[in-house]
Amino acid sequence: MPTPRLELTGIVKRYPGVLANDRVDLAVMPGEIHALLGENGAGKSTLVKIIYGVVQADEGDIRWDGRPVRIADPHAARKLGIGMVFQHFNLFETLTVAENILLGLDGRSDLKALSAEIAEVAERYGLAVNPHRHVHALSVGERQRVEIMRCLLQDPRLIIMDEPTSVLTPQEADGLFVTLRRLAGEGRSVLYISHKLEEIQALCDTATVLRGGRVSGHCVPREETPASLARMMIGHELPHVARHRRREPGRPVLAVEGLSVPAPDPHGTDLKDISFTVREGEVLGIAGVAGNGQRTLLGALNGETAAPAPGMIAVDGVAVGRLSAGRRRALGLAHVPEERLSRGAVPAMSLARNTLLTAHGKGLVRHGLIDFARTRAFAQGIIERFRVAAPGPETEARGLSGGNLQKFIVGREISLEPRLLVLGYPTWGVDVGAAAAIRQEIIDLAEKGTAVIVLSEDLDELFEVCDRIAVIAGGRLSPLRAVGEAGVEELGQWMSGGFAGAARKADAEAGHAG
Amino acid sequence: MLVRLEPRLETSRAMRLASPLIAAGLTVLAAVILFSALGRDPASALYVFFVRPLSSAYGLGEWAIKATPLALCALGLTIGFRGNVWNIGAEGQLTMGAICGGGVALAVHGEAGWWTLPLMLAAGALGGMAWGAIPALLRTRFNANEILTSLMLGYVALHLLGYLVHGPWRSPEGFNFPETRLFDEAALMPVLLSGTRLHAGVILALVAFAAVWLFTARSFRGFKVDVAGQAPAAAAYAGFARSGVVWLSFLVSGGLAGLAGIVEVTGTIGQLQPVISPGYGFAAIIVAFLGRLHPVGVVIASLLMSLVYLGGESLQINQNLPLAVTGVFQGLLLFFVLGTDVLVRYRIRIAGLAGEEA
Repeated sequence: MPTPRLELTGIVKRYPGVLANDRVDLAVMPGEIHALLGENGAGKSTLVKIIYGVVQADEGDIRWDGRPVRIADPHAARKLGIGMVFQHFNLFETLTVAENILLGLDGRSDLKALSAEIAEVAERYGLAVNPHRHVHALSVGERQRVEIMRCLLQDPRLIIMDEPTSVLTPQEADGLFVTLRRLAGEGRSVLYISHKLEEIQALCDTATVLRGGRVSGHCVPREETPASLARMMIGHELPHVARHRRREPGRPVLAVEGLSVPAPDPHGTDLKDISFTVREGEVLGIAGVAGNGQRTLLGALNGETAAPAPGMIAVDGVAVGRLSAGRRRALGLAHVPEERLSRGAVPAMSLARNTLLTAHGKGLVRHGLIDFARTRAFAQGIIERFRVAAPGPETEARGLSGGNLQKFIVGREISLEPRLLVLGYPTWGVDVGAAAAIRQEIIDLAEKGTAVIVLSEDLDELFEVCDRIAVIAGGRLSPLRAVGEAGVEELGQWMSGGFAGAARKADAEAGHAG
Repeated sequence: MLVRLEPRLETSRAMRLASPLIAAGLTVLAAVILFSALGRDPASALYVFFVRPLSSAYGLGEWAIKATPLALCALGLTIGFRGNVWNIGAEGQLTMGAICGGGVALAVHGEAGWWTLPLMLAAGALGGMAWGAIPALLRTRFNANEILTSLMLGYVALHLLGYLVHGPWRSPEGFNFPETRLFDEAALMPVLLSGTRLHAGVILALVAFAAVWLFTARSFRGFKVDVAGQAPAAAAYAGFARSGVVWLSFLVSGGLAGLAGIVEVTGTIGQLQPVISPGYGFAAIIVAFLGRLHPVGVVIASLLMSLVYLGGESLQINQNLPLAVTGVFQGLLLFFVLGTDVLVRYRIRIAGLAGEEA
């Protein structure tokens, strides 16, 4: 048997109150794409930090090409030949691609020679990157290519990719897979972190599955089914999201007409002429790669950013475009923001008080005074119904894991029994089991007559819960498609902005019809 | 080498409660060093500072009446500070309260009745409120920094008082001293305990304490203020208007500071003078933080701060030290309070040369 490129044995890492890694074994062979699979909090990030030298293991051995090593810091890791592409990019917006790459390399200074090298590596691996462009003008996918390029120029023999497809369109993800296979073909190893089962089956040769800090299985993904992988990952069968008898959508609840809003923050995306309608009992999905105007759209719908004219947004026929968030909530709007800590919840306040944040109209305040008993009971109800892992209503919001806090916030907004619920990335960072539960609650809520809008990057999720889907790209909204008629191919193209023609066509058809 | 502050994952509740005590202890320690450096015996100086002022009934009364304006101002400021609204101008609002309330006393001179004092108190509170409304308006309309506007308006108020007592309101029988007439008997706070100067203003401070406690601990509006202070984005998300918090903070803190001003004038001075407060409005900022922005803590802290004032006077009389010692004490106290607070919430990390960002 050949020597593994990287071999970890009996890795243990303890944090106060948590055993993040418990006797983890992992072996990555040369030329292998190895998946590291697990839910949030399963210990993937800790393990990767140990490999990249960001933190040190408390126990266990690391071998590199069969020889024991100690990786003291990321510099040492890079010297060994370990490269990492982070989920969050580390690029300077105002510098060019080549300048950014130069800054990230240890001990290089010749920009011209580097540019030539970039062009050559780009050619070899199918990474379309122009070294002379400025980073602020690049799309998210292009930025990722810059990060990968930076990693490749150090000639790594093990490349760690941390959830790389979460920011990519399906087509961009396919392009990335081609690059990764080419790298593996040269004998480089790839450690690929993800919780997306399909893509691991398509891409990876072997997989190590983590659950609760321990290895719950080593396997060959192609020989498994999504269900068996999920079982290894979450310890039981993946719950199935059930759609009951769908009723016909009722009256329109939300009507958006020609909405154009400048982004409140300088790096945001402006909304351009967005129109759509959501009816009672209908779930509308808005897909798109992050940074294409989602944040501006959520702010404009919620009322944190006022629309230029009142009539651009109407709830049940009432023009709300210039009403405050508080007034819109009084009309029955509920909202799950994309930022859960500090926006969806006050970090240092208890869950009970965080319930009050939006549920104060549910009889929790009397004569201006807070009814603490009722507030606690309401919070306890959310905790039980949505299976939030929290000791009780007095737990501080910041004490919850991201996924649990998300369950709490989604639960709170659903418990308001709103007319209209706007969800931004409802299952982002939530484990697979809880994500299924949240999707079920969304469907159940819609079946009671609530109009629902879901913004998500996860197409599978949108296909599962939505009746109609549109794509937001560059601040514009694509035409809407019924779920049955929407194809991944078409939506993927729209995600990179290629729906101008389709939009005109739809307009023309509407013109003919009218 | 690089010294860095790193947020602690968990702040110890015990340390959070103990930190004001640690700060007080460190202040005493610094005082010992200070007294030694000035060539005084630290033990007797500390005795004169902290114990002697409280060793008589009269002294205890003084303790309470000095704590009263501090508590009134600091209770009001507490609400604003919890909501991230920085009213630094309580001194000016206090002065405006004294001017407006005192103006009533002067206007009804010779005809005062049972109604005079309540009318003065109301006028004082409204005067402080009106003065607080200016920075609130500038903040909500023009986004002007309330720290600067409220501070600057404080000096405007002080000079307005100076103008009035030197000019139009100067007492005709006052031998040209810059003072107004002495107020009528009916325009003065009743004394609660004979042999002391303890006056009914203390009761107003206790009522204010109860009201502010109810507001911060139980009311929904108080909750909104807390959300605005701790997580502005969450307040925006929930639809709690920022301007509402700014207005509420300034009207309440301005009103209570104005009340403190008229209480001080009717309770201890009995007329308007060029200076009516030894910096109560500024000291109240320290008091609010020392009391951890909690009404109970604020009352305790105002008693402590009052003792610092009394101790400073006592030192001046008995040990021949300058009154500036009081200011030094206040400064040390605030320094240590904020310092221990930082260390409760953050740890100091000294990163070596080998450390690298990941």
